[in-house]
Order: sequence, then structure tokens, then C-alpha cells
Amino acid sequence: MGHFLVVGILVIVMAVLTYLGLDAAGLMPVQASAQSVSIDWLWNWQLIAISFLFSLIVVPMVYSLIVFRRKKGETGDGQHIEGNTPLEIAWTIVPLFIVLAFAYMGAYSLGQTRSIDPNAMVVKVKAQQFVWTFEYPEYGIISKELHLPVNKQVILKMESADVIHSFWVPEFRVKQDVVPGRVTEYRITPTLIGDYKVRCAELCGASHAYMEGPVIVNSQADYDMWISEQAAIAAEAAKTPEGQGQLLTVKNGCIGCHSLDGAKMTGPTWFNLYGSDVKLEGGSTVVADDAFITESILDPKAKEVAGFAPTVMPPYALSETEIANIIAYLKTLK
Amino acid sequence: MGLVFAASGSWTYVHLVPVLLALFGGATAYSWGASGLSPLTKGFIWLDLGALIGFALGLVIDWVVQGSLNWVAPTASLFSLLFGFTGFFLGVAGFNAVSKGLIWQITGTLIGAIFISVIRVAMGLTWSGPFLFTEPAWVLGGFLGVLFFLGGNGAVSDWFKWAQGIDTPDHHEEHYTGWEKYLHISFDHKVIGIQYTVTALLLISVGGLFALIFRTELAASQLQFLTTDMKLFGQNGPQLYNTFMSLHGMIMIVSILLGMAGITNFVVPLLLGAQDMAFPRLNSFAFWISVPATVLLLMSLILGGFDTGWTGYPPLSARAPVGMQMFFLGVFTAGWSSILGALNVIVTVVRMRSKGMTAFRMPIFVWASIATSIIALTATQFIGLAFQLVMFQRLFGMGFFDPAKGGNPVLFQHLFWFYSHPAVYVFILPGLGVISELLPVFARKPLFGYRWIAMSSLAIALVGFLVWAHHMFTSGMNEYLRVPFMYSTLLVAIPTGVKFFSWVATLWKGKIWAPTPMLFVLGGIVVFLLGGLTGPPNATVSTDLHLHDTYFIVGHFHDTIFGGFVFPFFAALYYWFPKATGRRMNETLGKVHFWLMTPAFFILTFGMMRIGLLGMRRRIVDYDPALNFDFTHLILTVMGFMIAISVLIFIYNFFNSIKNGEKAEGNVWNSRSPEWQVPSPMPTHNYDQPFEVVGEPYDYGLAGAPKYVEFAAPAKSKHK
Repeated sequence: MGHFLVVGILVIVMAVLTYLGLDAAGLMPVQASAQSVSIDWLWNWQLIAISFLFSLIVVPMVYSLIVFRRKKGETGDGQHIEGNTPLEIAWTIVPLFIVLAFAYMGAYSLGQTRSIDPNAMVVKVKAQQFVWTFEYPEYGIISKELHLPVNKQVILKMESADVIHSFWVPEFRVKQDVVPGRVTEYRITPTLIGDYKVRCAELCGASHAYMEGPVIVNSQADYDMWISEQAAIAAEAAKTPEGQGQLLTVKNGCIGCHSLDGAKMTGPTWFNLYGSDVKLEGGSTVVADDAFITESILDPKAKEVAGFAPTVMPPYALSETEIANIIAYLKTLK
Repeated sequence: MGLVFAASGSWTYVHLVPVLLALFGGATAYSWGASGLSPLTKGFIWLDLGALIGFALGLVIDWVVQGSLNWVAPTASLFSLLFGFTGFFLGVAGFNAVSKGLIWQITGTLIGAIFISVIRVAMGLTWSGPFLFTEPAWVLGGFLGVLFFLGGNGAVSDWFKWAQGIDTPDHHEEHYTGWEKYLHISFDHKVIGIQYTVTALLLISVGGLFALIFRTELAASQLQFLTTDMKLFGQNGPQLYNTFMSLHGMIMIVSILLGMAGITNFVVPLLLGAQDMAFPRLNSFAFWISVPATVLLLMSLILGGFDTGWTGYPPLSARAPVGMQMFFLGVFTAGWSSILGALNVIVTVVRMRSKGMTAFRMPIFVWASIATSIIALTATQFIGLAFQLVMFQRLFGMGFFDPAKGGNPVLFQHLFWFYSHPAVYVFILPGLGVISELLPVFARKPLFGYRWIAMSSLAIALVGFLVWAHHMFTSGMNEYLRVPFMYSTLLVAIPTGVKFFSWVATLWKGKIWAPTPMLFVLGGIVVFLLGGLTGPPNATVSTDLHLHDTYFIVGHFHDTIFGGFVFPFFAALYYWFPKATGRRMNETLGKVHFWLMTPAFFILTFGMMRIGLLGMRRRIVDYDPALNFDFTHLILTVMGFMIAISVLIFIYNFFNSIKNGEKAEGNVWNSRSPEWQVPSPMPTHNYDQPFEVVGEPYDYGLAGAPKYVEFAAPAKSKHK
């Protein structure tokens, strides 16, 4: 009996220490959404179970290795114990109930993350290689940044233009794939003002690592201000060709791969592009004029720019006017 | 050649080529210096020559086709690889099953590719693509290559003879002795077991090398050497990263399947008292088909790679370069090895047990093999099917998974995981069987709750079929499916728990001694425990919404795979090595291997899980410096290299001990198991006398207990 008592005490001590250690390590990012509360609640129960079960196995194992080791010169065998049916039944039935309890808690917690606010606001999300675009249909705003008011539920209606992506803000906890051919839904209630990032969690191609976008949780006042600013900018831009061109480049996700300031991204930069000499793969050069830009939009693989081959950009079937507007916009990037 | 590259101005792209040249040149010179013109030296010389000739040939062909000289043409690399490979085996032992097979595979590939190209020309289509041939040409070529390999190396000749009415001897007498027999067709399960095992070790090295390459890139944020400017095999740095990362996954999976097939093949007939497996030719075929499959997988790296991860989800996989098709074809082919091998194991166990071996007197490893084989036999078809559908979508425009044509990308995930989840039990169940088999020997006690452990393997195998959709909680499948799949997934914890509790109870009050195999058994238990305990948070849906597709998952499954496969695999190799060779591996090096690998591995997976929880995604070439993961990643990379060093020590120990190990011909581990009751190494046709089971397999510690098996008296002393 002595062995069992010692091991029992050690298991409890070890379990408590393991749990306190894990808890103190701060394993999760900050909680920035209502949904993260119920997820972290379940996670904490998981940690308790992990700490206990880890100790329950490892402590008697290590204890046996020390106490029941074969000492020098010993040649005999251990005790002939073949098994113990009541014990086997116990460690089948007890875990069954623990497992059922966790499944129930999992379902409960899932329900919490899916609880619906009928007044939730809608934002449309478009995912494509390798950029997130957000559309606020009520205000006609299209943006690379997702701005959300604090403490208000939002539904993201998400669509993909090409392959599978996954919307994940670690501070919000919840993750949802964006699948081509259907609209998937992501419900979140941000609770903490701050700057976060959405990070694509489903491998989507060469620049998957860089498919990130700003997610900004504002106070209601700041959010309203941002909305009215953006709405005004959009209305103003719609009046000129270059403004419309700029809107098109945001809406189509162009600026996910082409920088405006000369920085190197997945595609060539647009800074000082118009009218410049572009080096092509294979050594020749071409002037970036209307014809070249039009061709590069409609058939990107026709001329591959040196350093960016093989071209990953898909063709964009834009109208003549739209392309003319984009070219007008490119001319302003100097 | 390195100089040529430097002069041609493409230095930045190809620093790998001179490094490789120096490496192989060095190996050749070392081998020459150490042993003169030995077979190995000849192999290296042929490898160098083959690689150079292949490179030059590929370069010229590419020049003619593309119209301009391209020093980094993938075609040149591909020919270099194939010719070098083939040259090596030609040099080592002349025409053997490997070199013959490879020569025929190259021939078959070219015939298939040219056949399609001719048809395309006749139809007025273009015949050449960025990788010399077009995609359909490569696919038919790859497929024919496999058939030609098997036809050409002799794996199917006996069947052809039977079809023509020619009889072949039941038992092939060995024509080759020593190491040469492993390069030729053999029907002996022990030879095949070793062929499997060595191939697995080779693949583990390749997969590990890929891991080191991308682990090095991850040591710091931003791109260091896999930059967007570099280019190799038609891919830039991040694309190459994706290919390495994806191939690391699949090559390791194949090496696990082969490694466990190796142990199973070698051990199961010995444990049953059978002369061989039930179908020796099928056994040999199942091994040999895995060789061209491996070549196809490696070809995918050179033919443009692929960037989907080993899961190959469409629509991404429907857009990836030609390499994707080679990957699909390679996996499809390797699947046959798994299915046929499993069939053989089941029939062998059902039909070929020795007298008195009732179901509950079988060694526990046999139970694990049965459970594994049931899964492999019935589920592998689904990954083959899923990949084949994507192949057809690409080749024939059939829109199975293309939403624009009414297809459904999520359907692929169901088909894929219907195999690929049970598959993880294929990876771990044999390993858990090894743990259960070895534990009583080193604890000197009966296996606690033998029947419960046996049944828990079957329970895991069966429940494993009902849990696949837990990989898809965020996929956008019907929301209401998530909760039932959570329940079924959590049920797996129960039989797994039974194993753990029984193992601990087996150790309790034993007389434990811990030579190297036992160290790996114990390490395996603890590592698998960590893998098991980090599983339920992924099973409960809401926590999985955070954990899915993060580094937490990467840490979790490396724990399960190391605990369920890698540690037990090493334990099995250390344990049964004397049975195969009559010598044992060096204990000191074995302990160094263990004590280097184990702590490094713990730190590696703890670190992975930690940053995963904080926001590190899977499968990314670069991470946001603002996340402050640089230091952790640096540590992870160092740990990765430590594991690699420990495995190198193992490989040295393994090959060195074959010749120089301490002699160990008796019952080294003082085991009750039948294979240890006869001298090592095992004779060609196993036991000279059949044995009868008269006792319990694990009756250690019972004075006067009957032996497990009793051998029939030799024929000549019948009058005893």
C-alpha cells in the first residue's frame, strides 16, 4: 500500500504544479472577442485534464523506473501479475464519462461562439491570392482594412475568387475557411479596441505567408468617423478616372501583390511604372505603355517580367474603360 | 561545372549544384581512399558520371526545344537525377533489380511521353511545355515508367511464367549472398523486411534533409536564402519552400509505411512460426512497387514542384505545376504497396499460425499488425481515388471539385480524410504494438491486461473510420456535422487510454532494466502521451477553431508520429538487429542517440505548440517579425539539427554494426518469444523444426511456468 500512497501524493503534486506552470506561461494571445471567452474557458479545462493525465501516467512510470529497477547483480523477474479485470473496466468506464463530459462542454462552447445577434452588421469579405478585401455594402466602401466597432456583433460574408483561404485573427480565436463557389459566414463580437491582423490559415500558394490584412477594432465614435471619411473619399474618387481606377485596384485586390511605394512584393511595384523600361525574362525590355499594361491585365503570362517568373497572376477580364481608368491612376504614382 | 555556373553569371541560382558536386566528388574520393576500387567506389564513380551525362543531355535537349541555353533547366536536373541514381546501382552491383528497374523506368517514361507528344503533334497541338513535355505526356510517361520498372526488374516474371504454364520452384534458392541479395528480387520475408527497412531509412534521410532546408529558412523572419530572386527547378524561393514542405510530409509518410512494413515483414512470420509470408511473390511485388513510386515523388520536386502541402486540396492542386501530377501518381503507386502488403499480413496471420497459437495466445505485435492491416487494406483506396479525381480534373477537364462546373471542393476533403485519418492509425498502431511487445521483456513481467490491449488496437482501428471530419471543422461543411464528429473523435481516447494504463501497470513491480531498445520504448510512451493529450483540444470543436492549421497542430502530430512510430521503430531496430545479423548494435552510441534525440525533440514540439497558440500558422515560408517568434524559431532549428545529428549517429551505428558489432547469437534479451529460442542470424527458411504453443507469451516471473513454445524434436532423434 505504501507505494500507492506515495505515488498518489506525487501525482497530485505534479498535476497541480504542471497546471500552475502552464497557466503562468500565458499560452493564449489576448482575448479580443466575446467568442474567445468561451473558447478559453474550455481550453482551461483541457489544460487541467492534460496536467492531471500527464501526471497520472508519467509519475508512476518514473517511480517504477527508479523503485522497481533491476539492481546490480539481480537476475530475477518481476511479480507475476497478469491483469486485473475490475481495474481494466474502471479505466475504460471512467474515461468514457470524462470524454462525454468534454464532448458536452465542447458542444456548449461551440454554441456560445455561434450565438446570434439579429442586429449584427454585415461586411462582405473577398479573399483571393493573396489579399483580403472588405466591402461595406451599406456605404459603398471597399477597403483593404477591416474596421469594426467594439462590442457589436458582425457577420462576415466571405467569398473566394480562386482557391481555399481561411480567415483567422488569433486574438478573436475563431477561424473559418473561405471556399470558392459558396459564401461562408464568420460571426464575431470584438470586445477589445486595438490593431490586429487577419492571417490566411489555409495554404493558398506561393505568397500565402504574406496574405495578411489589418483588422482594426475602433470605439463606436472612431468607427463612425472612419466610415464617413471612407464614404466621402469613395464618392470623391468616383468623379475622376484616376479615382475610379484606384477604387478598381482595391476592389480587384491588385494592391495585394503590387506595391505603390517601390517595395518589392509578389508582383512588380507600380511606383514610377508608367512609361518606364521594363526588363523581361529572357533579357529583352519593353516600355510600360498603355498597350503593355492592357496586355498584362488581360493576359499576364504574355510577357513575364524579369524576377517575377513564373507569373502567378490570373487574367482579369476588365472592360476598356476600367483599364483606361487604372492606367490613369498608374500615371499618378510618381 | 560549378565554375561554369559562376562564369555564366547565374551563381545565385545554383549554389546548390557545386555543393552537390563537391559532396559526391568528396564521397567518391573518400570511398576510393578508404577501400580502393570497391563496389561502393564504383557506384559513386558511376553516379558522378551518370549525373554529368544526364545533365549534359538534358541541357542539350532543353536547348534544342527552347531555343536558348538555360543552365538551370529543370529537364537537365531531372535527367541528372535519374541517370545518377541508376548509375549508382549499376556501379555497385552491375545489373541488379534496382538498376534494371530504373533503366526500364526511364525508358517507359520516355516512351509514354513521346507517345502522347506524337499524338498531340498529329492533332495539331503543341508538344513541348515548360518542362520539356506537356503535362499529359508526363502523366502517361510516369505511369508507364512504373509498369516498365516492375516488368523490367523481374518482380512479376514468375506470374508471367505461370500464365504461360511454366512452373517455378516454390522456394527460390538464393543466387546471391551477402549484401548483394538485397539489391535483387528475393521472396524471403526477412530479405524483403530488410529491403523495406533500409529503403525507409533512406527516405527518412531524404525527408529529414528537406525538413532541415526549410527549418533553416524559418530560423529568422524575412527570407534568407529561399528568396524570391533565387530559382531552382523552375521555382522561386517561396515556391521551393512549399515543395520541400509538402514533400517532407509525403516522403515521411511513405517512409513510415515502408518502415513498419519492414518490421512487420521481418517479425510476423517469425512470431507465428511460419516459413514465410502467405504470398511471397506478392510480398516482393509490394516492396518493389514502392521504389518507382519514390522516384515519382522525387520527380515532382524537379518538374516544377507543387505548393499544396501533402493534403493536395483542390482548387489549389488543380492549378499547381506538373510536379503535382507526379506527386499524385507517386502516392497512387505507393498506395498499392500498402494495400497488397496488408492483404498478405492478414492472410498470413489467419492461415499460417503454428499449432496451439489461438487468437489470445498470439504475440501482441501480431494483433497490432492485424488491426493496422485491416485499415490499410480497406481505406488506402480512398486517397488513391481522391488524388485520381484531381488528376482527371486536370487532364480531362472533369470538374469534380471545380465549383464553376458544379463540383465541390469540400467533397475532396471528405474523400481524402476518409483514408488519411485512419492512416495515422496505420502509422502508430504497429509502433504501439512494438511497445507492448517489448515492455514485458524489459520489465520482466507479464503484459498487463493482454486481452484489453489486443482489443484496444481493434477498437482504435474501427472507431478511426468514423472520425475523419474532425480535420474539417473550419472547412465550411455542414455545421451540424461538427458535434457528432467531436463525440466520435473523443471516443478514440478510451482505447488509447487503456493502452497507457496497461503499460504503466506492466512496469509496476517489475524488475526493469533499460538497454537501448527499452529506452526508446519508454521515450516512445512519454512522447506519444504528449501527442495523445494534445489531441482532445483539437477534437472539441470550439478550441479547434483556434488551433486548426496552426503550429500547435504541427507540434501535436509530430508528437504522435514520433511517439507512435519513430521511437518504437528505433526500439524495434535495436531489438531485432541481432536476429537479422547475429551481432548487436553499439550500446554507447545507442544511448548517445537516445539522449540527444529525446530532449531535442521535446523542446522542438513544445516550442512549436507554444508559438502555434500565439498565432504561428502552418505551412508558411515567412512570419510577421512583429510576432516576436524569431528566437523560438532559432531554437527550433537548432533542435532540428540535433535530431538530425542523432539520426546520423544511428545510421553509422546501424551500418557499422553489421560487420563490426559485438557477436550476439543467443537469446540476447532473455525473451520468451519463439524467434529468440533459436540461434541468430535466422536461417533462410526460418525454424528448422516447427514449434507448438504450449504456454502464455509473456509469463515472466512465474516459477515453473510452461515455455511459450516448444519445438518438435528433430527428425533424426525421433526415438527419444
